[in-house]
Amino acid sequence: MSTYNVLVVEDSPTMRQLIVFALKRVRGLNIVEANDGVDGLKKISTEKFDLILTDINMPIMDGLKLVSLVRNDPNYKNVPIVIITTEGANEDKERAMAIGANDYITKPIQTIKIIEVARRLLNI
Amino acid sequence: MTDHEKDPQNRAEEFLQVFKKGAEFTHDLLKENERLRYQNLEIEQQLKNLHESAGTGAPSEALLKKIAKLEDEKQEILGRIRHVEAENIDFANRYVEIENENNMLANLYIASYQLHSTLDFKEVLQVILEIVINLIGAEEFSVLLLDEKTNRLQAVASEGLENNEIPSFELGEGIIGRMAKTGENYFIEELEGYERDFHHPVVCIPLKIKEHVIGVIVIYKLLVQKERFNDVDYELFTLLAGHAATAVFSAKLYTESERKLNTIQGFIDLMTK
Repeated sequence: MSTYNVLVVEDSPTMRQLIVFALKRVRGLNIVEANDGVDGLKKISTEKFDLILTDINMPIMDGLKLVSLVRNDPNYKNVPIVIITTEGANEDKERAMAIGANDYITKPIQTIKIIEVARRLLNI
Repeated sequence: MTDHEKDPQNRAEEFLQVFKKGAEFTHDLLKENERLRYQNLEIEQQLKNLHESAGTGAPSEALLKKIAKLEDEKQEILGRIRHVEAENIDFANRYVEIENENNMLANLYIASYQLHSTLDFKEVLQVILEIVINLIGAEEFSVLLLDEKTNRLQAVASEGLENNEIPSFELGEGIIGRMAKTGENYFIEELEGYERDFHHPVVCIPLKIKEHVIGVIVIYKLLVQKERFNDVDYELFTLLAGHAATAVFSAKLYTESERKLNTIQGFIDLMTK
């Protein structure tokens, strides 16, 4: 069985745990956590990920900046990125999708949707 | 013998010949008649058999009975299929329901784990804020604690608002004070068109340890995508409020006891030096 590396970038430890707990229900995922955009970038530079889930509103570096930097990396041009955020307005979603996000999930936590999106984007 | 004498004799012979032929013909006719009658009987018998096999008479009733029985069996099988289909739908609905409850329990486990992972009062308040944002979907809300000396509720942590924006409420006063006094949950009846009013919140949930209220969580605005409360939310609110209350109470006690311990330690140090 294949193992997929998944990065979860979220500054709230509670929300991070909720996302990780949801993803643990999908078999074959190796989940790595990062607590902001900079931490996420560091982890991306040392490890190859098959899927990235990130919040938008984070200190130091926000999720949108992280998405644009990741998309500029040739190794990550096609790696799926999912935004999980409190920002529910359509323009926020359009902005995130325009800079390269593959899916957009709004808070409060939607466990079933997170699992469904992860499975779909990883083709498992 | 003359021709005239010969003539009657010839004529008699001719007559006998004709008579003989007539007798033979009659005999043939009788035979043919008998043959035809026999054939007629055979045809009648065949017709009778044909009628029987074509479905008239007693055997056709048996056939009809068999058809009716088969029809009944078919209806019974169709009924069973409908029953199984209904059960399937019921199982699917129950599966979704159980899945949702499972998710809620998993989320609640994480939330309570986070709430009880620290005894630092500020950290506990921060976890409460995170839970209300990420699990409930609130945008503007506040945690108010009851000062037992003054009997007033005062904001100690807020999201989307400043603590000093929120007025203090006397126990029993208005919706918030009343909920704190009675220990009951309050949910606004109509969310649509609601405008923030500090005295009329969207939600007010008492933080209770058994029947003892130590404060309330008051929500003034939900996230734009959170249009209404789900069934699960009502349960979640109550369960979270219970966990939050014990976490706040423990952290407060710990902080106070630590402060007292430091004071006592200071005295001891002074006296022993």
